[in-house]
Amino acid sequence: MTEVLERPAPAGGHGHEEHGPTGILKWLTTTDHKVIGLSYTVTAVVMMVIGGAFAEIIRGQLSSPNGTLVSLAQYNELFTMHGSVMIYLFAGPFAFGALANIIVPIQIGAPDMAFPRLNALSYWLYLTGSITMLSGFFVAGGAANFGWVAYAPLSSSVATPGSGADLWIGGLLLTGFSAIFTGVNLCATVFYLRAPGMTMFRMPIFTWNLLVTAILILLAFPVLTAGLIMLYADRHFGTHIFSVAGGGVPVLWQNIFWFWGHPEVYILALPFFGMVTEIIAVFSKKPVFGYKGMIFATLTIGALSLGVWAHHMFTTGTVLLPFFSIMSLLIAVPTGIKMFNWIGTMWRGQIWFSTAMLMAIGFLITFLVGGLTGIYLASPPLDFFTHDTYFVVAHFHSVVMALVLGAMGGLYYWGPKITGYLLNERIGKIQFWFLFIGTQVFTLPMYLLGLRGMPRRMAIYPQHPSWQYLNDWATVGALMIGVSTILFVVNIVYSWKRYPAGDNPWDGHTLEWFTSSPPPHHNFYRLPPIRSERPTWDYNHPEHRALEHGHHEPAVDGSVK
Amino acid sequence: MRTEARVLLGLGTFFAIMDAVYWFWSKEDAGGVMIIAGTLLCFLPGLYYFWWSRRMRPRPEDDPHAEPAQGAGVVGTFPGTSIWPFTLGMASFVMVLALVFGVWLVVPGVALMFWAVVGATGESRRGGQH
Repeated sequence: MTEVLERPAPAGGHGHEEHGPTGILKWLTTTDHKVIGLSYTVTAVVMMVIGGAFAEIIRGQLSSPNGTLVSLAQYNELFTMHGSVMIYLFAGPFAFGALANIIVPIQIGAPDMAFPRLNALSYWLYLTGSITMLSGFFVAGGAANFGWVAYAPLSSSVATPGSGADLWIGGLLLTGFSAIFTGVNLCATVFYLRAPGMTMFRMPIFTWNLLVTAILILLAFPVLTAGLIMLYADRHFGTHIFSVAGGGVPVLWQNIFWFWGHPEVYILALPFFGMVTEIIAVFSKKPVFGYKGMIFATLTIGALSLGVWAHHMFTTGTVLLPFFSIMSLLIAVPTGIKMFNWIGTMWRGQIWFSTAMLMAIGFLITFLVGGLTGIYLASPPLDFFTHDTYFVVAHFHSVVMALVLGAMGGLYYWGPKITGYLLNERIGKIQFWFLFIGTQVFTLPMYLLGLRGMPRRMAIYPQHPSWQYLNDWATVGALMIGVSTILFVVNIVYSWKRYPAGDNPWDGHTLEWFTSSPPPHHNFYRLPPIRSERPTWDYNHPEHRALEHGHHEPAVDGSVK
Repeated sequence: MRTEARVLLGLGTFFAIMDAVYWFWSKEDAGGVMIIAGTLLCFLPGLYYFWWSRRMRPRPEDDPHAEPAQGAGVVGTFPGTSIWPFTLGMASFVMVLALVFGVWLVVPGVALMFWAVVGATGESRRGGQH
């Protein structure tokens, strides 16, 4: 029979925050992964709103061919900072700093992250890095304006002399180190702080995905940091690593940047894959279909991700097209396995269409569109045709908007665990429809624009009737996404401490639903025996507890199903 | 410990094979070197874990039949509150601002960083604040 045993307070017992500082001093001095994770979440959502505001201005400018909302120079700053804020300051830190920080230690039954003070340092580097990058708007010459990829020679001191570019580099150095420290912390936590019985193949998929993400961070981010130092040296110390004038190679920057940049795509995506896996399983009232297949698919994506970087550089004429094309196309296989498993998890389940589940289904559809168009772009002949057009912009916006849907799903799903209170479901569902339909109205016209030849990164475009109305539709979609963001803020204000959640509002599977909402300091007063990847479900439903992988319950007549 | 080792060694082996193919096919230096670095980054901890996994008894978290009580006792040392991560973060901030606003900022940056490192080390020795 299942029995719960007390697990004595870990860690020599000191550091109970009940007696610790309060208010701002608590925020400054905390080493609790939940408080740090919440700081990450709030900061990342603020960054999403800032980046989203830039996007609305960009779409406003493009709603007419000769838009006059901003000047050409301001437009360059806006699209650069929109991309930078969204990728470096929102998507990444939200993926591996925010929910991961709060949920991963609880999912594996750990009292905290392995290195709590390093965790706090990660947050401070992220916050100061964000401030550094954004402060470019307040210096003479304005913020960085060379695109979020900072291609040489556009990023050289000749083409971009202002200090906005240096602040961009400095901000990225700080957030880069923040990511590396978080990667170290996540690996160590998963390897060393699991609860008894929590073997590697019993970890929730979300934790598995974060482990692979952390390994990818450690593989990729140091390369970016090294590249940034070289770029700074080129700008200020007279080196010529990326400038032809002194014998350097501008394409080397692209190699270094994308060697980080493509694993980064999976660093962003894998945590959200994990979130929707958890959400779909819980709201279908079924275990994850193909649990081990899911893990091997994640590991395969991680393995392949180091060999695909130059598919961003097909048109440079300096890369081995067949190698990168084959490797990029191969990524479709594990991703397809995941897609199949998500549908398999829902298959014949008792689906509860909560806001979180709707967001997860919206993720699947939107990610499918983004993923399939990615397969086109992995083929060099098609890429030559669409490179640097709105087709590429539409492709990656389908992908990242799918991640936003996943992020919202994660916030609706885990929010009650973090705060102790549910969000309003009705407002949540209205938010979902604005976000989901807005995303499609926003991205689908951009695919057509790309196929009709509209290049990216232009502030004005020729009077061309078929470009005009497609741009108008994209702007309408962007406004709908803006409305959905406002609805999210409205929902937080409206639901503030209104709907107490209880410990386990969704009848969850994993350990975070075993502890209280919000969890106590060091997370657990007791732990259930861990006999499968669904310990909380096994404890709450002993008649339906999970069997070993590959074993099935005998049917009533004694035969094995 | 064995699964952890296998994950890292498996990734490292894949990178090694991929790098061999890439290197001989493309003759391109930058990517080849970066994948070698990735391979080593997987093999270094992977081999360490593999070495240990053959010498230690399975930990409770590696035992599929472990009871929660087996994890009782001291898990590790977790500091309570600490001001030093914030101090170190601000020191790094000042150092990065020195890249933009002038080398003189390195002086307060290094001083603050030194203070934070000394403070954090002292705190570790004392076992954190209660």
